Amino acid sequence: MSDVVLKVKDITKTFPGVKALDRVSFDIRPGEVHALVGENGAGKSTLMKALAGLHRPDEGQIFYQGEAIEVAGPLDARRKGILLIHQELSLSPELSVAENIYLGAWPTNRFGVLKKRELRRDATAALEALGCGFGPDVRVGSLSVAKQQMVEIARAEAFRANVVIFDEPTASLTDSEKDQLFHTIRGLKARGVGIVYISHKMDEIFDITDRITVLRDGQVQGTVDTRDTDLNQITRMMIGRTLDTYFVKAKAEFGAEVLRVEGLSNRPLFEDVSFSVREGEVLGLYGLVGAGRSELVETIFGVRRADAGKLFWKEGEIELPTPRQSIDMGMALVPESRKEQGLVLMMGGRENTSLPHLRLFSEVSVMNRAKEMAVFEKYRSALSIKTTGPDQAVSQLSGGNQQKFVLAKWLCADPKLIILDEPTRGIDVGSKSAIHELIAELAEQGLAVIVISSEMPEVLGVSHRVLAMSEGSVVAEFEGAAMTEEHLIDAVSHAREPVAAE
Amino acid sequence: MSHTSTVTTDRSPALAALSWLLRNHIWVFLALTIIVFSLASPYFLTLNNLGNILTQGAFIGILAIGMTMVMIDGEIDLSVGAVLALASALAIGLQDHMGVWPAVFLGLMSGAALGFLNGSLVALSGMHSFIVTLGGLIGIRGLVFVYTGENALMVPDFSYTEIPEIYLGPVSLTAIIFFGLALLFQWVLSSTRHGRETYAVGDNIEAAHDAGINVKRHKIINFTLCGTLAAVCGILLSMRLGTAEPNAGRIWELWTIIAVVLGGTRLQGGFGSLWMTIGGVLTLAVLRNGLRLLNTPNYVELMVMGSVLILALVLDKILNRREAT
Repeated sequence: MSDVVLKVKDITKTFPGVKALDRVSFDIRPGEVHALVGENGAGKSTLMKALAGLHRPDEGQIFYQGEAIEVAGPLDARRKGILLIHQELSLSPELSVAENIYLGAWPTNRFGVLKKRELRRDATAALEALGCGFGPDVRVGSLSVAKQQMVEIARAEAFRANVVIFDEPTASLTDSEKDQLFHTIRGLKARGVGIVYISHKMDEIFDITDRITVLRDGQVQGTVDTRDTDLNQITRMMIGRTLDTYFVKAKAEFGAEVLRVEGLSNRPLFEDVSFSVREGEVLGLYGLVGAGRSELVETIFGVRRADAGKLFWKEGEIELPTPRQSIDMGMALVPESRKEQGLVLMMGGRENTSLPHLRLFSEVSVMNRAKEMAVFEKYRSALSIKTTGPDQAVSQLSGGNQQKFVLAKWLCADPKLIILDEPTRGIDVGSKSAIHELIAELAEQGLAVIVISSEMPEVLGVSHRVLAMSEGSVVAEFEGAAMTEEHLIDAVSHAREPVAAE
Repeated sequence: MSHTSTVTTDRSPALAALSWLLRNHIWVFLALTIIVFSLASPYFLTLNNLGNILTQGAFIGILAIGMTMVMIDGEIDLSVGAVLALASALAIGLQDHMGVWPAVFLGLMSGAALGFLNGSLVALSGMHSFIVTLGGLIGIRGLVFVYTGENALMVPDFSYTEIPEIYLGPVSLTAIIFFGLALLFQWVLSSTRHGRETYAVGDNIEAAHDAGINVKRHKIINFTLCGTLAAVCGILLSMRLGTAEPNAGRIWELWTIIAVVLGGTRLQGGFGSLWMTIGGVLTLAVLRNGLRLLNTPNYVELMVMGSVLILALVLDKILNRREAT
């Protein structure tokens, strides 16, 4: 067992309604960088939280240096030599670098008086071992994000960690900072530290890792040597195939063009995107996380500003709109994270439904409650929303019913184009098919619909036409018989390789 | 990235001084108020008056020490004024039954116990300290009225009032105790594990928790300290006055919060020090004393104090923004 520093055996973790981890096993060798990949919700973060002591697994065992251990909490993990470096850094900005490296584990005498000299000396040693360009006395809040991350990595030195888990470490780094980080990771690796590297960015994974473990729906799909695999294989493992569900597709009767986009760019998120969508048409936007899909529709809607490109609304060119103008024109964007962007959770369904259109519901700023109630009732029955009444806080509703209120809120303004970003993420199967039916119904009523989805069967099932996006570009467009999973996988995985090679 | 590496560690002393001033702007403000009142009133800059300012300021100051600890934790304690009144009433009222020092000791313990209760309620129930200690403010004041029977309690032996009559030049014992405690707690903040925990908890409670800090126990300790210090203040006040009024310390919690915030300690927690609080306490004391020397009517005094508080906070925002860029 000496060639394995940490081994996870048959770990299962269930949250209400979801099996987040299903008998997951994998191991980390000293001196290797082991990638953990999977789409959102595949169980990566649950797994790493179990390793760092933030979640207690329901079943299964963790072996560390050959012995079965229990991880009681983050500090326990840190003391044992397992260090988690979160995407959101776990630092106190007002304290100094040295104080942060040893946060909560400061050297003190019997009476709790700090041994400042010792603290400073040890911290300096850890910083020097990593080659950090700053001293131990600097206030952490005054450092850049990259340097703050170095402070967390310095804990690996300070606590003599044998396992370091990085969760999306490059999310907010520039390219040169990323090179610096990779240099540091290689240094840790050379000293025999086992490293778990979680990332969505495939080029990084192929650059730095030795082995790749793929998770999907809480299960390990396999572990492969990075040398012996390619993007295509990993993508297939990540996306896999789910059982065919029955999808209702709207009748393909299209009217006039509603929106046309020409050469729209918002670098570095996406570049030179062109497409159009007609009345009665459902257009699918498919791509892996990070492909730029959400950013594209947010730019069209006006939440983000484009650098270049033209928009045509009903065949007339328009200026890039603000969100207010988009709403007034008849565009609706139903965002991906309904909790953050879509709903005011403490308000009831009635108030949430009328919120973006208060002007429609009020006279001289006084709300017309009867009108508001009528609209609430209309959508409650039309979308069969399960709620106890107009004032039940939407935070108490299930994900599916929350999503229906988000839809209701946009539908009551009578839009011409509705953009749905991951409309069925995190909601139960029954509500999913209700949303799919609704999409078909809306299209048949003559709306243009754009659906973003990471679920291939869904995007193929509900759309008339699918655009495949990868790394910020539309790489392929499929229609009719060409709309198959094989084609989509090929499009999003092959398109990446030349980009990564450049 | 690499070329700035050496610069960060050794800054020039002038820059360091400027940076210190930006973070401790209250001392500049204090100097300004002293200059203004010195010019406005011939009585202001006398040794006697300055000694008075220190003694008057010391009472709010002792409360402000505990408040600073609690506020760096990201919490607040509104009950200090009421705790002070109870401690003062017990220290005087119990003297007939058990003698002076046991009564004083019990007064102190009442403050510690109420602080412990506040802290436990905040830490264990998850209620906001604003609500918990607002309840404490009202409830404890009620208790004081019940205990005193709505009358001022008189000390049985007036030698009690001579205890704090010790002076170091113009500086009274009360002021010396205030400065002593402030220095002690500044040392706690900067040099002990508990002090580091205080900043860590107020700054990023998740990180503190992940680092294995017992956040609940930590907060209970700071609330207990705050209650105890309020009792110290109450006892010193009872010694100075020789009586314990049921209304003693009414709205002092507000003056205390003003002094601490004026000093620059952040209401959201994570940032502050007792150097700042001393500055805030002295500024407040100078303002109140100076306005009274100028025979300013009470309502004008309140208006000035309110404006000064807002002004100080605006200044703080501007200075901090400049530092951030």
